[in-house]
Amino acid sequence: MFEYAPAPESRSVVDIAPSYGLFIDGEFVPPASSGGAFKTVNPATEEVLAEVSTAGPEDIDRAVAAARRASGPWSALPGAERAKYLFRIARIIQERSRELAVLESLDNGKPIRESRDVDLPLVAAHFFYYAGWADKLRYAGFGDNPRPLGVAAQVIPWNFPLLMLAWKIAPALATGNTVVLKPAETTPLSALFFADVCRQADLPPGVVNIVTGAGDAGRTLVEHPGVDKVAFTGSTEVGRQIARSVAGTRKRLTLELGGKAANIVFDDAPIDQAVEGIVNGIFFNQGHVCCAGSRLLVQESIAEELLESLKRRMATLRVGDPLDKNTDVGAINSAEQLERIRTLSDIGAEEGAERWSPPCTLPSQGFWFAPTIFTGVTQAHRIAREEIFGPVLSVLTFRTPDEAIEKANNTPYGLSAGIWSDKGSQILAVADKLRAGVVWANTFNKFDPTSPFGGYKESGYGREGGRHGLEAYLA
Amino acid sequence: MSGSAFDLRSFLHGLPGVDKVGVEARAAALGTRSVKTTAKAAAIDLAIRMVDLTTLEGADTPGKVRALSAKALRPDPADPTCPPVAAVCVYPAMVPVAAEVLAGSGVHLASVATAFPSGQAPLDVKLADTRDAVAGGADEIDMVISRGAFLSGRYDHVYDEIVAVKEACGQAHLKVILETGELGTYDNVRRASWLAMLAGADFIKTSTGKVPVAATLPVTLVMLEAVRDFRARTGRQVGVKPAGGIRTTKDAIKYLVLINETVGDDWLHPDWFRFGASSLLNDLLMQRTKLTTGHYAGPDYFTLD
Amino acid sequence: MPESSSDRPRKGGSDKSAGKAVAVRKAALAKTVTATPVPAAAVATRATSGRLTVRKTYKLYIGGAFPRSESGRTYLVDGDNVALASRKDARDAVIAARKAQPKWAGATAYNRGQVLYRVAEMLEARRAEFVALGVPAAEVDAAVDRWVWYAGWSDKIAQVHGGANPVAGPFFNISAPEPTGVVGVVAPASFLGLVSVIAPAIVTGNTVVVLTATPQAAVTLAEVLATSDVPGGVVNILTGNAAETAPWLASHDDVNALDLTGVTDPALAADLERSAAGSLKRVVRPPADGTDFTADPGLGPMTALLEIKTVWHPKGF
Repeated sequence: MFEYAPAPESRSVVDIAPSYGLFIDGEFVPPASSGGAFKTVNPATEEVLAEVSTAGPEDIDRAVAAARRASGPWSALPGAERAKYLFRIARIIQERSRELAVLESLDNGKPIRESRDVDLPLVAAHFFYYAGWADKLRYAGFGDNPRPLGVAAQVIPWNFPLLMLAWKIAPALATGNTVVLKPAETTPLSALFFADVCRQADLPPGVVNIVTGAGDAGRTLVEHPGVDKVAFTGSTEVGRQIARSVAGTRKRLTLELGGKAANIVFDDAPIDQAVEGIVNGIFFNQGHVCCAGSRLLVQESIAEELLESLKRRMATLRVGDPLDKNTDVGAINSAEQLERIRTLSDIGAEEGAERWSPPCTLPSQGFWFAPTIFTGVTQAHRIAREEIFGPVLSVLTFRTPDEAIEKANNTPYGLSAGIWSDKGSQILAVADKLRAGVVWANTFNKFDPTSPFGGYKESGYGREGGRHGLEAYLA
Repeated sequence: MSGSAFDLRSFLHGLPGVDKVGVEARAAALGTRSVKTTAKAAAIDLAIRMVDLTTLEGADTPGKVRALSAKALRPDPADPTCPPVAAVCVYPAMVPVAAEVLAGSGVHLASVATAFPSGQAPLDVKLADTRDAVAGGADEIDMVISRGAFLSGRYDHVYDEIVAVKEACGQAHLKVILETGELGTYDNVRRASWLAMLAGADFIKTSTGKVPVAATLPVTLVMLEAVRDFRARTGRQVGVKPAGGIRTTKDAIKYLVLINETVGDDWLHPDWFRFGASSLLNDLLMQRTKLTTGHYAGPDYFTLD
Repeated sequence: MPESSSDRPRKGGSDKSAGKAVAVRKAALAKTVTATPVPAAAVATRATSGRLTVRKTYKLYIGGAFPRSESGRTYLVDGDNVALASRKDARDAVIAARKAQPKWAGATAYNRGQVLYRVAEMLEARRAEFVALGVPAAEVDAAVDRWVWYAGWSDKIAQVHGGANPVAGPFFNISAPEPTGVVGVVAPASFLGLVSVIAPAIVTGNTVVVLTATPQAAVTLAEVLATSDVPGGVVNILTGNAAETAPWLASHDDVNALDLTGVTDPALAADLERSAAGSLKRVVRPPADGTDFTADPGLGPMTALLEIKTVWHPKGF
């Protein structure tokens, strides 16, 4: 084997402060109650990257109040002016994308190849896309005089920290809302960097407020009586709690939650691309993807051949230092998540599924999990039903298209699905019958700002991206 | 596998399809591998050893071919640690000239035969062309398939021609040029690869270098998948040669990465992978020198041939 | 039925082709003769004392049939014994709605549009019956027109609410609305309100379980639906006390969405919404300050009960 020498991206391209305050009303401010701080670590090394403030109820009050004050003038700005702020932000992100990519990989553990080639380009594209909508809202199909809702409370997950921020903030601002956003506890740094981007863009104070903290801060924010809109991306369990908490209020709610996507491979599939799609479906971003293709449904007649190819391909995955430009699979985001992946994988083995990982040496420091597949899985196994949110694939087989559809839909989730086949009519018929918000046919895990994303059933409601993504922020 | 027209057609059309977007995305992703320092040095030397140093011009003369052959033996006269290339590739008429220089060196002598580059000649002309080249000292023959026959679905015709040329080659290795730039689709590239291998090709080669689209990463990826699958099915290993359009070290390294992550070690050797190229060698040499000296080199410091 | 017999020839006469108009008129008249006497007679016998009237029993409408409540309970509404739906009736109705849903959603949009238009036809024909039940004539007319309005949306909503997405790559990318599935509906008290929550839900391929507190009009509408080619199970109507049955729909894991337009008690609405969160149902909240059902409904009532499905496929050869 031709060994690639280490090719580390320089971490010195980005400055990380030793500690961060909360970004409220255009300023970084200390939290109201002292001692409210937590550490964010590099999951690849467990090194502490920075100390970050915990927002308490008073801080959330202040942030919501700032957003409320900013709301009137911001929504009154001509759309074309709001657009220019968003275009500015998009440009600044493009110019500073190397810094942001390194920061994202440091705080999240994802390979630099992905933060550089996937996350950051999509972040900039998202702001560009929604920037253009700001002065065209009356053509969006939501009435002649669409109005903003007011203040949006947005809570985002740790798997795509900056991309999820973009998905939340770009449409909110384009439609004239102001926001208070809480990034995930384990990945706050790119959102705090984004606060600086807002300042560099001269965005009016209070239009974007970033509060950091754990679940409590998020709960306080979404339950705050001063917010008009709640947008959440994260687990189905937390989504349920939020849906309960906004019940009986006038707050509008959109939820982008978990998934257990079926990736269906038919016997006439373009096999080599299907193998790539399976790998990309479950090992992209360490499988920390709500729309991950975590259930492989393969037609029994080609199962053996396909699994052999898949294993051969998995053996070439390079697991390790997220900052190495040749790394394919990075670190698991947190000790807690690693524990969950381990527990569910152990259950899979105990329930009788056959476990396989390619030989790979994992670093001794940090949180790591080798790419893993389970074969001989049935619908009854917990690893076929529960979202693992890690690099773990469950392999099931089917005999006919009807059986594939039935198995694919046999889940409370409905976020995404994959189809691999060379037969057009089969693809279209199966796509029609899958109960999922995004269906990737002969591809997987593709995203675009123009393309609506979101789930059926317990995967949430509302769409992000595209024209449809505006609806959640308009009255 | 018999060569009957019906069997061939059903077999070739039963091969899994190739999705263009997927294969191109995969090739592009592998193209982002960062190969630096020691890995780069090793890659450059391997790439030099894989070069089929080629001249295929109407204006080729014995003098030009002698100079090229000399360069093949010692690509960097200033540095004795620089390895020789894999082979010299010339027209049949130039074979005896090159043979004289290369004799006993271990550098192979390849010749394009079979009415290169169009392949539009009667079979006996192609076979005579081949025998002449072998008799003149070529130990590798680069033949072109009849794209006309392939595209009109006469797979048995292409198959029979390859079998006949292979026989005419005797001990010489046969590289079969698919001219992928004229095949139109990746599905055709996969089918033509299998067709050539089934008929006895020792190598499958992308291009003549004489049509606008020559070797590309995704085409080579499809061919590498084909040789991988062919070996899994038959036990016989077949080599791959992208040719045309590979001019820089950066390009060459992308191909090595492709081999590394598709078929692996077994193909990372000049016996199983070649670059059909002319200007690539000088760029490899410049990069090699840069790695040793620490500063950038200029073209005037390397021989023209 | 003076309104009806004078209306029909006028409508037929508005047809563009004169020859065709005659044919239509004849057919319409023939239909009038056979279709109108039933309600007319019923209305008439109510008012006269010459003979003992045959009363209608107001039962539930589940899976295309008119069963009594499995609980055997009835309650008295304006002198009629009306079935009082139980949680088990709600359960049965959900099963019927789920069973009917794939086929209804799988019907062509053109077909669903025709079925809804047929509902309008049948409702128009039974106009007097609703008027006799106390529904203002103008409201019945508006309800007929609403069915016609929604009938036309069946094969247009996907074009208005979906479309091609110009993604930055070699992909075909399209977003199209699909029905969310089984919808639990707490219907508003008015007849137009009832129609205005059922029609937008089913036109796109959803099936519904409707809880209503105005049983006679609702069950009579069920009779209209049952004679209008609406497949059994697409609309299920439960009469009784929504406060009793709605929680069972709100917590039912096989219900995909909950339309609370007809809930007037904010505390009940909040409870139901909380309960609906269990399986993350889509919830249509009761309007803050009532709904004017005579106004243009807009797309909202339909889109609230639609999912957007986005399909990607590479383009290449």
